[in-house]
Amino acid sequence: MENDSLPVVLSPETQRYSKVCEILQRNNNDRSRLIPILQQVQEEYHYLPEEVLTFIATPLRLRPAEVYGVATFYSHFALQPKGKYTFRLCDGTACHVRRSTAILDALYKHLELSEAKSTTDDMLFTVETVSCLGACGLAPVMLVNEKVYGQVTPEKAVEIVNTIMAEEKAA
Amino acid sequence: MKRAQNDMTLSLVNLQSMADSYAEDLQRVTRRVIVCAGTGCVANGSLEVHDGLAQRIAEAGLPVVTQLESELSGSHDWNHVSQSGCQGFCQMGPLVAIEPDGILYTCVHLGDVQDIVEQTLQHGQLVERLLYRDPASQRVCRGQADIPFYAQQQRRVLKQCGRVDPGDLREYVHGGGYQGAQRAYQQMTPEEVCAEVARSGLRGRGGGGFPTGRKWQLTLAQPGPKKFVICNADEGDPGAFMDRSVMEGDPHSVIEGMMIAARAIGADEGYFYVRMEYPLAVRRIRQAVADAERIGLLGDNLFGTGRRLRLHVMEGAGAFVCGEETALIASIEGKRGMPRPKPPFPAEQGLWNKPTVINNVETLASVPMILKESPERYGDVGTSDSSGTKTFALTGHVANTGLIEVPFGTTLRTIVYEIGGGVIDDDGKLDPAGFKAVQIGGPSGGCLTPDHLDLPLDFDSLQSEGAMVGSGGLVVMNQRTCMVQMARFFMQFTQNESCGKCVLCREGTKQMLAMLDDIIEGNATPRTLELMQTVANAVRKGSLCGLGKTAPNPVLAMMRHFREEIEAHVLQKRCPSGRCQALAEPEILAHLCKGCTLCIRKCPVDAIVGERKKPHTIDVEKCIRCGACAEACKFKAVVGI
Amino acid sequence: MKNQSMITINNRAVPINGERSLLEVARNSGIDIPTFCYHSDLSVYGACRLCLVEVEGRGIIASCSVRAEPGMVVRTHTEEIRELRKISLELLLANHPQSCTTCGKSTSCQLQSLCRRLGVNEVRFRQTDRDLPVDHSSPSLVRDPNKCVLCGDCVRACKEIQAVGAIDFVHRGAAASVAPAFGRDLAEVECVSCGLCTAVCPTGALIPKPETEPVWAALNDPQKTVVVQIAPAVRVGIGEAFGMEPGSIETGRLVASLKALGFDQVYDTGFAADLTVIEECTEFLERKASGERLPQFTSCCPAWVEYAQQFCPDMLPNLSSCRSPQQMFGSLAKQTLPEKLGIDIDDLVVVSIMPCTAKKHEAKLEKFRTEGRAHVDHVLTTQELATMIQEAGIQFRQLQPESLDMPFGFKTGAGVIFGAAGGVTEAVLRYGVEQLSGENLAHVDFEELRGQQHVREATVTADGMTLRVAIVQGLKNAADLVARVRAGEANYDLVEVMACPGGCIGGAGQPITLARDAKRQRTAALFQVDKMLQLHKPQENHLVSECYDTVLGSAGGPRAHQMLHTNYRHRRRMNGSELTILENHHEAKLEVSVCQGTSCFLRGSQPLLSALTQRINEHGLQDRVQVTATFCFEACDRGPTVRIQGNAIHHCTLHTAWAAILDECNTVPAPK
Repeated sequence: MENDSLPVVLSPETQRYSKVCEILQRNNNDRSRLIPILQQVQEEYHYLPEEVLTFIATPLRLRPAEVYGVATFYSHFALQPKGKYTFRLCDGTACHVRRSTAILDALYKHLELSEAKSTTDDMLFTVETVSCLGACGLAPVMLVNEKVYGQVTPEKAVEIVNTIMAEEKAA
Repeated sequence: MKRAQNDMTLSLVNLQSMADSYAEDLQRVTRRVIVCAGTGCVANGSLEVHDGLAQRIAEAGLPVVTQLESELSGSHDWNHVSQSGCQGFCQMGPLVAIEPDGILYTCVHLGDVQDIVEQTLQHGQLVERLLYRDPASQRVCRGQADIPFYAQQQRRVLKQCGRVDPGDLREYVHGGGYQGAQRAYQQMTPEEVCAEVARSGLRGRGGGGFPTGRKWQLTLAQPGPKKFVICNADEGDPGAFMDRSVMEGDPHSVIEGMMIAARAIGADEGYFYVRMEYPLAVRRIRQAVADAERIGLLGDNLFGTGRRLRLHVMEGAGAFVCGEETALIASIEGKRGMPRPKPPFPAEQGLWNKPTVINNVETLASVPMILKESPERYGDVGTSDSSGTKTFALTGHVANTGLIEVPFGTTLRTIVYEIGGGVIDDDGKLDPAGFKAVQIGGPSGGCLTPDHLDLPLDFDSLQSEGAMVGSGGLVVMNQRTCMVQMARFFMQFTQNESCGKCVLCREGTKQMLAMLDDIIEGNATPRTLELMQTVANAVRKGSLCGLGKTAPNPVLAMMRHFREEIEAHVLQKRCPSGRCQALAEPEILAHLCKGCTLCIRKCPVDAIVGERKKPHTIDVEKCIRCGACAEACKFKAVVGI
Repeated sequence: MKNQSMITINNRAVPINGERSLLEVARNSGIDIPTFCYHSDLSVYGACRLCLVEVEGRGIIASCSVRAEPGMVVRTHTEEIRELRKISLELLLANHPQSCTTCGKSTSCQLQSLCRRLGVNEVRFRQTDRDLPVDHSSPSLVRDPNKCVLCGDCVRACKEIQAVGAIDFVHRGAAASVAPAFGRDLAEVECVSCGLCTAVCPTGALIPKPETEPVWAALNDPQKTVVVQIAPAVRVGIGEAFGMEPGSIETGRLVASLKALGFDQVYDTGFAADLTVIEECTEFLERKASGERLPQFTSCCPAWVEYAQQFCPDMLPNLSSCRSPQQMFGSLAKQTLPEKLGIDIDDLVVVSIMPCTAKKHEAKLEKFRTEGRAHVDHVLTTQELATMIQEAGIQFRQLQPESLDMPFGFKTGAGVIFGAAGGVTEAVLRYGVEQLSGENLAHVDFEELRGQQHVREATVTADGMTLRVAIVQGLKNAADLVARVRAGEANYDLVEVMACPGGCIGGAGQPITLARDAKRQRTAALFQVDKMLQLHKPQENHLVSECYDTVLGSAGGPRAHQMLHTNYRHRRRMNGSELTILENHHEAKLEVSVCQGTSCFLRGSQPLLSALTQRINEHGLQDRVQVTATFCFEACDRGPTVRIQGNAIHHCTLHTAWAAILDECNTVPAPK
């Protein structure tokens, strides 16, 4: 039966979901590897969907409440989907004394967001603060997805948003 | 068959031949162009600079390599364009060093590549616009030797950082790397390793300053075949990045430190716990571990002794409290990172209840030198109780920010004024009278004031001043910084990062934050201060873990050193540095006001009156404290807003 | 005595007797150091900071988490420590609703009593409590997160003693709270309603759900006839609510108080327990004879039954099919009393007084209703009854004892000892040994079954037959035992499981006591009642025999089965949605669902799922097949179960699933 198999064509869509089992097996269903497992799940889904957390609890022999408790303890884990572009503003001391708060306020205002509502309705932008990125020499520092911006000003931050908006519209 | 296999694994890593082959290659290299690939410089585009340089050199017809991987043939004048870890002077990045010429180019961008190649590499001339100019003396500096930022430092832990290619194991070995570990495994007993480290006087760089050798001895003394070593790389203090830089720039030194620690206590497994905000450090450590495993430095037969060591790299998930050792252990075990009561200490019951040694990155990176050279050599700088050097992340209102390393006992004045180049104002200009305070040791640390400028910094001197070395964040603050706002910033941080387990820390930080808000908003009374002192003392004495016990430090330091400033907020409802909006007391200084009327035109509520060319005045009742006037004034005559 | 290790506490020499902490040493020496988060049955947590003491040379430390070392010099109430404790309490109060007078835990709240004891007479801090929603979803418990002090006793009790883990800490810092997974309600998660969390909760954050109002309404409705059954454990617990010693036997005054409240008939759950013994033992002897479905697990603890239905689906066939005594009583009462009392069935209200919160949940189950009428209408805990007695102003201690009503007020000692752990087993043996041997059992006390340990084993011989029995309390112990049975490491005939440590006498509905010996005293009192009664064996209960003759037919017979037995099904642990593993958007698709419930998981459903997914992908069928993981098909004994186009394949392997998919694929047209 194996020999008459058709050429393997995996669409990204179908791949995405089968990843959960793969992640669990890669980590030997080892409950002490819960945090790496959650990190890998988040890498796959960009957040931790409730049903996935429930799903992984059984093979790890944990209760969903405990998985949820761990997931909510660490600020890296997101239980809500995030926007396509995540702005992470460093809130370390060096950035703070160089007025990073003003940048955050400018982004909030420009995107009509707040601490309670951190993602835009069109799921394009998420704005959040992050603990020190350790790039204090460039303070204030901002991450947009993986890209680091140094010596950011409120104006520069808004400009970055506008550039992305324009690109998205064009696309 | 089995026998043969054993022989295979016994084929030793020959450090000497590795170093020799590297040295041979090095002889064929005439010039080395080292591009800083630390996080700061990468953010400013240093990788593009690196690639651009390599390409441009090749285009110029010069022989160029980016990695000394294979033996170089032919020509004897190869140009080696390499990447290094953090060179320290992050603010001036991207940095490009050219050796052996001793040149350091700053703020290098892709557009500068051509000039560097043509003028410097081809014609031996300096590109002056890329050289550092000392803002105080306006002197142009050629390189590390005459840049004041570097000249006053003594780089030991950071010695290789910013020079070697962190991805090149051979280069590390060529510099004497893994000799200390080899000695520990082949020639020394665990007791001897502990004793040498104890004799060096090395104290833990993570905060508490516990003697490292003593910690190892305590763990060695625990019975049982299974023990762990953990490298605490969860450098969470906002404003500190020494550990990140060491991991990015010299990862093998940390691995070697781990190997020596494992030998000292008898561990065969270890973890790096690296915070997730440091993706580059994670990548470099992972790569370095894999490289060391590949050639058998790590694995089942270390240096032919049959001893094993497996090192795992785990990424944190965003919790400051995991820098506390019992919380870190809980996190590795897959739990919420909540500290547990000590005793039992990790040395007795650590990871999975096995005896465990936890050291911070800088501590571990200091260890190889002790074994390779000697404990005495290590201790020949520093003070009697704090030997060796300490790295600091120098940031804030200081002309030169970056990563520095100085011997213990160096004064704050040297750090701020010589290495840091002096205090700057909000516009980035040097302000000789601007120094207000230094925040040292992060949210758990304390403050140093102008009174402490000549205090030799070490573990004990700082402790006696109510501060601590902590992990080594040094944030300089100028006169325009409000200390209440700073205390609030740290309290907000601690409160967000409190694990929420013990009552005093969870509820106490919440209340202290509320009280600081009251002070900033002008709602505080003398009773608020009294109560804040009471809570701060209770949290300090009664919290469960070290982080909780030090959580009130920003408040305590503020009360101790800036009593007048707080009392101004509370009693006179005035913020002396004019940062607290609710307390703003706008005033136009008559001696500075030129009477240009710009502020009158900017004021949205017509609160400013005055004639042309005569000092204006603000009607405080009408003023809504929007700050438009202060922003508009070119003469800084509007204050208090 | 000479070598006794000593420490000094407050200038007094105090011996160390192997206690696990300095705190225990102090308490044993008569100094009650205050705590919230310390519980002798749970792991040490160290969070409340009230147990701080000063140890010479070591400064201020938490006494719960250090061992006493000989020679330690300890002070427990220095100025500094008094101050620290008061600040901690004051900080907690600032984050706690100031609604003590209307709180269900008022007067038994430890926060309240410690504040009084330690002299906290003002709160100088800003009030920071949040207005979080109160969870009323559970039929047994009310969870009010606003009143939580985050001591974690409930979390550890739920996890360490019950192995349920329905609640845990979530979030951190100021946002930290204790909650079920995903912030859901208790009724939607694994909670088994045992109520242990309410028993350990120092405040009103978790309390048994009050049900007194509908009972008052029924009592005050002249149209209704209200009958009540009292569980064995209630009679040895109720006195404590009125200041009596633990273990006071108060059956007579209990009856009198119920009569005074207006209950028309007062019966004894012990009658139904006698019935339970006969039914359960009959079932057991049948299984023993056939050698099937052993060990038999008892089913009278509803928290255990709930646990087994969620976590031990493979053991459900081994559970006795007997209903609990409460439900046997309810079934019998609703069936026979209308005629006996000459009333309409809709005017009959059946109330239970139980030491238990899980009984509230049990009484509300759909399967314990006939034609829409619940067999047991309301369940009150011992605590709730005490509040009703107090509200009515009845002076409990001055009441003249009264007698239970017949026929359901008549019981033997066997029915009474049900209330203590090991009692069910002993009662079953009193009947079973006589049945097996055919001879009169002269000595009814099975001392070998008694004791305070939470896991006990014994072997009893009767008529040359060896019966291996085990008695466990705490669902964690039960789960461990089940694991040993599964692994073939343990071999029993009969296993008694009680969720509460000590059995029903230690139930979460009993008066909250600080007396450390209360459970032992209550147990002793129940066996004392057994001694005082004339009859000790259920088969001697002539009213039970009469009941068989007139209503139930033969023991274990069809009529008895219909009225007194039940069945079990695997309950989903979480009301979770399905997880799509392979998704396709074509309309015509082959639906494949793979069960990932506990029991299927144990039988390898996870590797099956991923192998199946991989094979589908390899064969390019992902456009035609939609694969979902579901949580339970409730066919746990036959797992792993895969459903393909609605047809369940049990004991499924990759081979059978793949064959079925290929078969079915022919019926689904290929996508265009």
